[in-house]
Amino acid sequence: MKKTFLPLRFLCVLCASAVKISLVLLVTTTAIAQVSYDRIRNAETEPHNWLTYSGNYQSHRYSPLSQINTTNVAQLKPAWVYQMRDPGKVEATPLVVDGVIYLSEKPHVVTALDGYTGRPLWTYRRTTPSDARGCCGIPNRGLAVLGEMLYLTTFDSHVIALDIHTGKLRWDVVAADYKLGYTMTAAPLAIKDKIIVGVGGGEYGIRGFLDAYDAKTGQRLWRFWTVPAPGEAGNETWSGESWKTGGAPTWVTGSYDPELNLIYWPTGNPAPDWNGDARLGDNLFSDCLLALDADTGKLRWHFQFTPHDVWDWDANQVPVLFDAVVNGKSRKLIAQANRNAFYYLLDRVTGEFLRGAPYIKQTWASGLDAKGRPIKLPNIEPSAEGTLVYPGLGGATNWYSPSYSPQTGLFYVLARENHPQYFFKTDAVYHPGDLFEGGGGRDLPGVEPYGVVKALDALTGKQRWELRLFSPAMTGLMATAGGLVFGGSSEGYFYALDARTGKVLWKFMAGYQIVNNPVSYSIRGKQYVATIAGQGLFVFTR
Amino acid sequence: MIERFKRLLLCCAFALTAFGNAAQPDGKQLYQTHCAACHGQTGEGGSGPTLATLRLVRATNEASLIKIIKEGIAGTEMPSSRLDVAQVKLLAEFVQELGRLPVEKPVGDAVRGARLYAGRGGCVACHAINGEGSAYGPDLSDIGLRRGAKHLLTSLIDPEADVPKSFLQFRPGTAITDNFLQVRLLTRAGARINGVRVNEDSFTIHVRDASGRLHSFFKSELRELHKDWGKTSMPSYRKLTQTELDDLVAYLLTLRGDK
Repeated sequence: MKKTFLPLRFLCVLCASAVKISLVLLVTTTAIAQVSYDRIRNAETEPHNWLTYSGNYQSHRYSPLSQINTTNVAQLKPAWVYQMRDPGKVEATPLVVDGVIYLSEKPHVVTALDGYTGRPLWTYRRTTPSDARGCCGIPNRGLAVLGEMLYLTTFDSHVIALDIHTGKLRWDVVAADYKLGYTMTAAPLAIKDKIIVGVGGGEYGIRGFLDAYDAKTGQRLWRFWTVPAPGEAGNETWSGESWKTGGAPTWVTGSYDPELNLIYWPTGNPAPDWNGDARLGDNLFSDCLLALDADTGKLRWHFQFTPHDVWDWDANQVPVLFDAVVNGKSRKLIAQANRNAFYYLLDRVTGEFLRGAPYIKQTWASGLDAKGRPIKLPNIEPSAEGTLVYPGLGGATNWYSPSYSPQTGLFYVLARENHPQYFFKTDAVYHPGDLFEGGGGRDLPGVEPYGVVKALDALTGKQRWELRLFSPAMTGLMATAGGLVFGGSSEGYFYALDARTGKVLWKFMAGYQIVNNPVSYSIRGKQYVATIAGQGLFVFTR
Repeated sequence: MIERFKRLLLCCAFALTAFGNAAQPDGKQLYQTHCAACHGQTGEGGSGPTLATLRLVRATNEASLIKIIKEGIAGTEMPSSRLDVAQVKLLAEFVQELGRLPVEKPVGDAVRGARLYAGRGGCVACHAINGEGSAYGPDLSDIGLRRGAKHLLTSLIDPEADVPKSFLQFRPGTAITDNFLQVRLLTRAGARINGVRVNEDSFTIHVRDASGRLHSFFKSELRELHKDWGKTSMPSYRKLTQTELDDLVAYLLTLRGDK
């Protein structure tokens, strides 16, 4: 019996392997197709892929796939897990192109994985200089794809291009001197023939900028300085020479409107963070949303959320584009749930402020004026003894992505509640490449902050529902056409919520913290949902 | 122990004069702003460990002290700081100077205190020392390093005067701060369970009851979950005489993680 059974079984295994090999070949074969600008622009027409950081240029982080939906999500099971070899917090959003997942694991490892089986196809490795420093670990948040190349920024502030088929280096250019505190952690944004990249270093007194590079050659095509020099508009908002070390980094990927040809990119805190004495004024263009011409990098308009910020409330949150009727008029809109605790709705053609309201508890402003400028309360600035303010420096939310569902008209954001802090001010002396912060924040004993998934009416910012998590979390959300919102927790839970009610429909304990944004894709007609927990890329399907 | 205490006193006597001259005003100011609320104005301890000691259990040298000041201690009330390098160094130097201050000699008798602890005090029903006792309450194996005399005396007389607090519920690598939160549960099956929270996340909770039994639930299995912030099941020892209280405190101060 055994003698006849074994060869049969062996044959079966061979057949199964052949099927798998052919599937892998199919996957890799189809990956040869170029990812053109038009494909990214029309990302919603190929929902089996995830072609850009936020899913589409509008940054909806919304999957039009509906095979996994409210009626069957309870059946979701792991399909496979890929374990990364290098330790550390993984904040990356994977890209998915025709069955292949492209993942930036840690600086600077890029791996191409077969999305069907989880097997790696190639890996690119690059070393990081040991003296490269940043405020908050060494994260990398993802890649861009265009043509037959992948684009990665590095912690030592290089922009590099890799061959999509092999992972071989195609070009490598230096964007900034990392020894001055510049870091690059954001996923680039591919637009037309350009690669747009932002920079970090707001805690090191950098002078922030946003760059565009030629996708084929790596030649820099334009640079927009987020802190204007003397003679440039906005420089008058910096006292003395403070503009030279003004910060305003651009470390989260922005959005794009192809019709208006405008890039919408948020900026971060002015430097030094908590001591504004030497940088009197509004400190443009820190804590702003910038609208830049994609071809030239010229500023079309700006909106500043927190003028003269002394709390480290970077505006580096993903701005979300959608169109709707406001006050009887059809408008092109842009919305952001800001770290400063307010939700903002602007006209994205002109930058006109339309509405704004707090979405978590805040104690620093009595409200926003008609132009959206915060009306600051007295005695809220950091002090030597500490000044208690809601929210703390972690803010209401942060870099992790919100999601917008065209199906529900809701804006989903993972927020942090009950996290006031004492803000301290100390002297700040600039030394190139060193921390330049001028203070800090301290928690209150006995006060336990918590995470909360909030569904806001995208037009009004009014809360529709919330799901309270036990712990503060740093996880992005993804809505789907299946009526679901996927998210994670610091504790390691990956969960699916009813997009209309917030009810938990499914959860999975993945064993370690989830600090990245989920994505969804399909292969051979089957939908998958992916997240990273600890060092594992977990892929689920029904 | 007595010999070591003598050496400590000698060092402190020597250091007292030096401290008066060498204290860094900036370090002192930083200490009072950031540290004194928990560690006491002169490092005598409070809800945070005594720093007026030659041996800091977690910071055995300046480098480890600096690391703790910068990064905090996960799972405890000790937060991280964003002080700059020079400020951290000033603070570390000041804390090290505190270690050279004289420590007030306990007035009680530690030997009598040990008898009281093991016998009539009934402490072993809830606390453990070097693995002996119960895990229901805080482990006391090194309580003499972690708390000062004044705080211990207050805890014996009025246990709810300063119960352990926490900052964040979750830090990577630890499940929850060790704050012995009292909870009361009613399961959907109708069982009532009172105890201390051992662990909690968004969807589950672990509770240890007074018998030491650990209970695990998905929160969806519970009908009621009450958290009694600021409460403790530690009884007041107000009924003891002042001498007995002093003896107990003297004994607890000898517990310094030595086996």
